[in-house]
Amino acid sequence: MLSLLLTSLGHASTFMPPQASTIAPAVDRLYAFLLIISVLASILVIAGMLYFIFKYRRKSETEKSAYITHNHLAEFLWSFIPLVLFIVAFVWGWKVYHDLRFAPENAYEIFVRGQQWSWEFEYQNGHKSPAELYVPVGRPVKLLMTSSDVIHSFFIPSFRVKQDVLPGRYSSIWFEVKEPGEYQIFCTEYCGLQHSSMLAKVVAVPQKDFDMWVSGKAVSNLSPEEQGHKTYIARNCNSCHSIDGSAVVGPTFKGNFGLTRQFEDGGSAVVDENYLRESILDSQKHIVKGYTKVMPTYEGVLEDKEVEALIAFIKSLKN
Amino acid sequence: MATSHAGENYINHEKGLWSWLTTLDHKRIGIMYMISVMAFFFIGGMFALAIRLELFSVGKTIVEAQTYNQMMTFHGTIMVFMVIVPGLPAVFGNFFLPIMIGAKDVAFPRLNLLSWYLLMLGATIAVSSMFFGGVDTGWTFYTPYSIKGSIGVINMTLGAFIMGMSSILTGLNFIVTVHKLRCPGMTMNRIPLFIWALYSTAIIQVLATPVLGITLLLLVAERVLGVGIFDPALGGDPVLYQHFFWFYSHPAVYIMILPALGVVSELITTYSRKTIFGYKAIAYSSIAIAAVSFFVWGHHLFVSGQSEVAGILFSFITMLVGVPTAIKVFNWVATMYRGSIQLKTPMLYAIGFMFVFTIGGVTGIMLATVGMDVHFHDTYFVVAHFHYVMVGGTLFALMGAIFHWLPKMFGKMHNEAMARLSFVFVFIGFNVTFFPQFILGSLGMPRRYFDYLPEYEPLNRISTMGSWVIALGFIVGLITIIHALLKGKQAPDNPWGSTTLEWQTKSPPVFHNFDSTPSVNGGPYEYR
Amino acid sequence: MSIAKEGEVHHFAHHFDDADHEYESTKQGVWLFMVTEVLMFGALLVGYLIFKGLYPEVFEQGGDTLNWKLGATNTVVLIFSSLTMALGIYYIRIDDRKKALLNLGITLICGFIFLGIKYIEYSHKFHLGIFPGKYFHAEGFMPDAPLYFSFYYMLTGLHGLHVVIGMGLIAWIMIRVARGTYSSSYWTGVEGVGIFWHLVDLVWIYLFPLLYLVG
Repeated sequence: MLSLLLTSLGHASTFMPPQASTIAPAVDRLYAFLLIISVLASILVIAGMLYFIFKYRRKSETEKSAYITHNHLAEFLWSFIPLVLFIVAFVWGWKVYHDLRFAPENAYEIFVRGQQWSWEFEYQNGHKSPAELYVPVGRPVKLLMTSSDVIHSFFIPSFRVKQDVLPGRYSSIWFEVKEPGEYQIFCTEYCGLQHSSMLAKVVAVPQKDFDMWVSGKAVSNLSPEEQGHKTYIARNCNSCHSIDGSAVVGPTFKGNFGLTRQFEDGGSAVVDENYLRESILDSQKHIVKGYTKVMPTYEGVLEDKEVEALIAFIKSLKN
Repeated sequence: MATSHAGENYINHEKGLWSWLTTLDHKRIGIMYMISVMAFFFIGGMFALAIRLELFSVGKTIVEAQTYNQMMTFHGTIMVFMVIVPGLPAVFGNFFLPIMIGAKDVAFPRLNLLSWYLLMLGATIAVSSMFFGGVDTGWTFYTPYSIKGSIGVINMTLGAFIMGMSSILTGLNFIVTVHKLRCPGMTMNRIPLFIWALYSTAIIQVLATPVLGITLLLLVAERVLGVGIFDPALGGDPVLYQHFFWFYSHPAVYIMILPALGVVSELITTYSRKTIFGYKAIAYSSIAIAAVSFFVWGHHLFVSGQSEVAGILFSFITMLVGVPTAIKVFNWVATMYRGSIQLKTPMLYAIGFMFVFTIGGVTGIMLATVGMDVHFHDTYFVVAHFHYVMVGGTLFALMGAIFHWLPKMFGKMHNEAMARLSFVFVFIGFNVTFFPQFILGSLGMPRRYFDYLPEYEPLNRISTMGSWVIALGFIVGLITIIHALLKGKQAPDNPWGSTTLEWQTKSPPVFHNFDSTPSVNGGPYEYR
Repeated sequence: MSIAKEGEVHHFAHHFDDADHEYESTKQGVWLFMVTEVLMFGALLVGYLIFKGLYPEVFEQGGDTLNWKLGATNTVVLIFSSLTMALGIYYIRIDDRKKALLNLGITLICGFIFLGIKYIEYSHKFHLGIFPGKYFHAEGFMPDAPLYFSFYYMLTGLHGLHVVIGMGLIAWIMIRVARGTYSSSYWTGVEGVGIFWHLVDLVWIYLFPLLYLVG
């Protein structure tokens, strides 16, 4: 218990993820304060209780107890002292909350769109990045977020920030990253079937690299198939379409190319490039027999080169 | 004044299933609630075990994501609406409220029976949603997700609406009973603390549940009539739904915990054989908690996009709930000071309650601290916190209440060793299951996740193993109860040497509760 | 407690001290139930006020669409029915069963008139394509107009349901009055239904200006 206390005093980060944003240490100091008074209060109550159980255990069946109905001073103290502590916690929490909410004027703005079940990030020059949020290190970043369908919530544990993402309106969040690296993004508002796969990553890079990346100068040396595999993961195609032959929510991609598909409405088609393109962009048009109409349309969501890469990737998955 | 024949009691007063199903006797209705709540608890518990089993390993362990999401929804809905809300008030409140204030029955016996039938009807309709595509929205039914999924959500919300009506009628009945049916000499400052707790609970039931009612009706109208009040696509506001929902559901948290606090007050004084410390402070703090509980709902919306001012106000008011709660805990400890403490099973549950409720309370303060909640919101920290309060709090009190009042209700004594064993398993299992979840939450694992990152696996494994120990504890507890009912020794009228009125009548009580109307000339806990 | 024969003295339930005790308790129960009703309508009205604040023009336009003359007629009908309801209670308390029945009958007829007028209003709107929320397909409205009508249908629908329930209760106590259950020594049921009917009336008195006169 003592080592726990010392750790929280020393590092102010007990059981917390790495402190990757400028605000994280402030949140963790508040946490350390809360943890210490919580542990002390719990010890006081629990130890007092256990001591009394032992000290005043019943020694004979006819034993009498003291008749004590109340004590105003004691009752005042154990109402007032907690109240003071609660008010300290409240004011401290208010201060941290205020800092969490208000982004500095010069913050770099990025748009975020949540949809079942993926994140997409759009930069001011129109560049769209799926599942990877590139941000510069050492500069405040403000995210303007909205949802295309249901409520999501955008959470980066290492930055100690979280905000619900609502359909039909914008909400925002800000942070400043201290160190380059990759940080986990979660969806924390339950949003349906693949809620727990609605993940993304923050990729924090130095300003110079960020500028290069965002202006599209970062040259990709991946083959179309590799690029397609990346898109397959990034766009969460993998939550519904397997590549190992098992049927999940949708048909598997393995050995898909060249098959003749029967549709729910009775029609059929051979899986070729055009069919794949149509199935991705206008996914509700034909439903393969045995499956349901759950896939969102990707018209306007995927860029042409991503669709092409995906098709190349699916073609490469032979039996 | 009807006097009873020797050996006649409420159980053998009339015979046959029909006499139970049409009974107006509050004691029999209490027993009927007890059987139903135990059945619901079994179903909800099975879902809980399956959820934990699924989370034993990364990826799919036993079921698909769709099934998992439905299981967590059913677990939440069943446990909240069918177990914890009716648990203490409808089972022990029904049985003991009239007896403890020296009345022959509740004010409206027919309404009381109707409440039970409404609960059954609501539960049936809610569970029938399984056959209409299931429900995977979570027990909170947040819009717009809940208006897009399967139609099962209509059954589920309609069922919850009907169960809400049942809850309202019970609350109404209790308020009038406490106001009007106290026996001679039983002033408001002499009613037992369990009754104060039930009274505060009843006030919340009557004032908050109608808002849940209209919210759920609007949700049904949203699905059936296309009304767009919560649908952003039609100009509506999904956050308004959250405000409405939590305006009920936060006070509902106190519907769940206040009766438990009342039970613990009874247990601590009985098994310390000592008058309660600060009767008035404990009694009025129940009312204070009930009153403040109506103004704290916004702490569920700290990250939903409400204004900074709203966030701060709700944070502050939430802190205020901590004060009356702390008063209760300290007063209980003070009651034990210089008492004559006997560690019977109910007292063990009361001690266990204070242990976990303290942890649940301090983590509640962490969550009320608005800057801190941003990180913890919707993570396993919250899951751990409310299980510490709801399971460690309410369910422990419920178990304590069962072993405390079993001799009175059925006139049989339970096997003390077996009952203690059940406590040991439940207590250890509970902490092993839920304490790791605080750490998981701090590390950032979100709740309602079918799958998680590999780094969360070890703690999830510990948590799942803990759930098996809890299950074992409840099985032992159930066997103890059944054993007591079948083979238990005849219970004396007052086995624990308690001073409250229910122990002054026969075990089990006679049909009219008392052979002659009692009259009272002192406080409820006169241990001298 | 079986239904008492004509002229018989009412027997109170076993757990009360006397008939007065039972009467007071029942009345408190009825009032508590009214509190829950007020809170239920209250929550819906809060929603109405929030959206009225967000889209005042939409709500004005919606209010203009309603026929205030029909609404006002219904208001008068309900206020009048509250009077006859009160008279019904008065007459049962002085053991004048015939006049009590007459007044309760008029109250019931007022309920039918109210529902008839409501039917005319609803069918007119359905004809124009004014449906709640997503089924709305009337011409010449602002984009968020369905929202106003969502509230209109929810509020008046829920109120209408209460009118129907109230009428059922009135019919039930009329049968009991005719059978001679109620008298100057026991009139709790009549008074309880009366309180409910006054509440239904009161809710309408709020709904009328909020929905019809908002334009």
